[in-house]
Formats: sequence, structure tokens, C-alpha cells
Amino acid sequence: MTDPTAPPPAGGALPDGMRPVVEMMMQGTPHARALGFQLMDVQRGRAWARAPFRDDLVGDATTGVIAGGVVTALLDQVCGVAAMSAQSEPSSTATIDLRIDYMRAAAPGRSVLAQAHCYKLTRSVAFVRAVAYDADPEDPIANATAAFMIAANVGRKPGSNARPPRKPK
Amino acid sequence: MSEIVKPPPPLTSEQVRGLIASIPYARYLGVEAELRGDELTLALPYKDTLIGNPMLPALHGGVVGAFMEFAAVAQIAVAQRAVRLPKTIDIGIDYLRSGRPTATYARARVTKLGRRIANVRVEAWQYERNDPIATLHGHFLVAAADDDDDAPAA
Repeated sequence: MTDPTAPPPAGGALPDGMRPVVEMMMQGTPHARALGFQLMDVQRGRAWARAPFRDDLVGDATTGVIAGGVVTALLDQVCGVAAMSAQSEPSSTATIDLRIDYMRAAAPGRSVLAQAHCYKLTRSVAFVRAVAYDADPEDPIANATAAFMIAANVGRKPGSNARPPRKPK
Repeated sequence: MSEIVKPPPPLTSEQVRGLIASIPYARYLGVEAELRGDELTLALPYKDTLIGNPMLPALHGGVVGAFMEFAAVAQIAVAQRAVRLPKTIDIGIDYLRSGRPTATYARARVTKLGRRIANVRVEAWQYERNDPIATLHGHFLVAAADDDDDAPAA
């Protein structure tokens, strides 16, 4: 059996200039960095990531299993990276909806891996499927389906969220 | 046979805080809880590590999702009058607007508390209660005390 933590073979190369963008999407995302998320590999429309086990990210102190919320955050992140990598040029993404089925708890003390596939990209929306697992993607911890808005930052100035939303008239 | 069993007393705010504090990831995020009657409000004070989009900036979708999931499981504990965490079966999150760099609040409603499954809806908001930033709809396994072997091995 192959090492499940090893990145899968490369293929489906990214368009020019996209690799630093998707890498920045992981390293430049404060919460992803705070949780220690690692981007293992990225191809056009596909991404692989890892949430290393940490005691402070456990969901149930009596079992030592990584929190469901960390799996939620990892799936949101890896889906967003897959949605970005499916595009031909750098853009921005925002999660519209994220649905997750939790099939089982992660093994105690184990890191969680996730792989995502953007299977459909329109001008406005990216549709993504993802699976989280600890050893074998065929034995998943959780399945996710997500939709992302493309070019989510268009019309938004940097720092525009520093103020409360404007009241509707 | 039909022995009358007194229902357990309602949970106290301290018990709910203890339950939340028993989740290391909830402590890491900085989740706070306040229970009044059976109405539970969770608060998530802002800090920089919660950001997902540094440009706007906006809270990470996973943070908002995990926060609402904590509101759901804690509200189920309140409904069950039991200091224990149900297991998540599935959640669906709608993101309605980007989470701004400020405090976020969440309240959950247990739509149906069944013998084995609880159906829960959660809303998260920031400045105004009636302008939610996200909603969650989830199903949770509420293993009854005499029914614990229904729970998946954790």
C-alpha cells in the first residue's frame, strides 16, 4: 500500500502564475495557517491538503479525536483551493454553501487529509466535491459538496469589511 | 413497570460553559456561552487568527461553520438536560454575507429532538440579529443513556 500522506502524482498542470496564487491562498489565510494546514499538491481543479494533529484542535478530550469543526475548516479550505485552481487566472472565492456528511470519527491522534475536485466551473460559480480521510480516501471521515462564488472580491475595496454592512434602504 | 421518573433539572449556564470548554477546538477559537432559561447564545469574540480572506478582511468559512456547530450541539445538550455532546451526522451551511472582523453570535433551535436523531437549525449574526451572516441545518445523533451502543465507535 502506498503512503497515504504522500502527494499523488502530478498532472493537469496549473496555468502560468497560478501556483503561487493557490499556495498563497493556503499560507496567506490566517486561520488555515493558525491551524497548521498544509497544501500537499494542487492540479487544475484539484487540491490535496492536510490538517496535522494537534492537542488543542481536538473535539472530544476524552477520545483525542480531531474536532469536527477542524474537518469543516479543512474541507472549506481545500474546496476553495480547488475552485481557485480550476480557473484560468487568479480570482477570489467565497463559500456560498457547504454541506458535509460525517461518516465516522477520525482515528485518535491522527492528522486529517482532504482532497477536493472542482467538477464544474461556470462564470459565477464553482461546484466542488471533497473527501476527508485519515488513511484511505475510500474509507472517508467526511464527504463535502460546496459551491463557491467566483470573483467574490469584485466591487469590494480592500478593507471594506472593516465597517458594519450598510443598512438596506 | 410504569415507574414515574422525574426529569433531570435544566442545565445551568456554568454547565454549558463547562461543556463548551471541554472541547479543545472551541477553547482555541475562544467560544463563550450564556444560557438564559433554555435560550443559549454563543459568542465568538474577534481575533486575527479567525480570518479566511485577509483582503476584505472576512472570517474563515470553517470558523463560522464550526462555531454554529458548537451552538447546535450545546443547544441539544440544553434540550436533553444532559451534559454530553451529540455526534454530528451531517451539516449544511449557507453563507449569507462575509463575516466581518468583529464579534459573532449564534443561536440554535432544536426543531425536533427524537429518540436517536436531533434536527437543528442555527443562525449566526454580527451587528444585527435579523441580518444573519450564515445559517446551519444539521442532524445529530443523540445517543440516549440506554441506547449508547447506537453511537458510532469514536
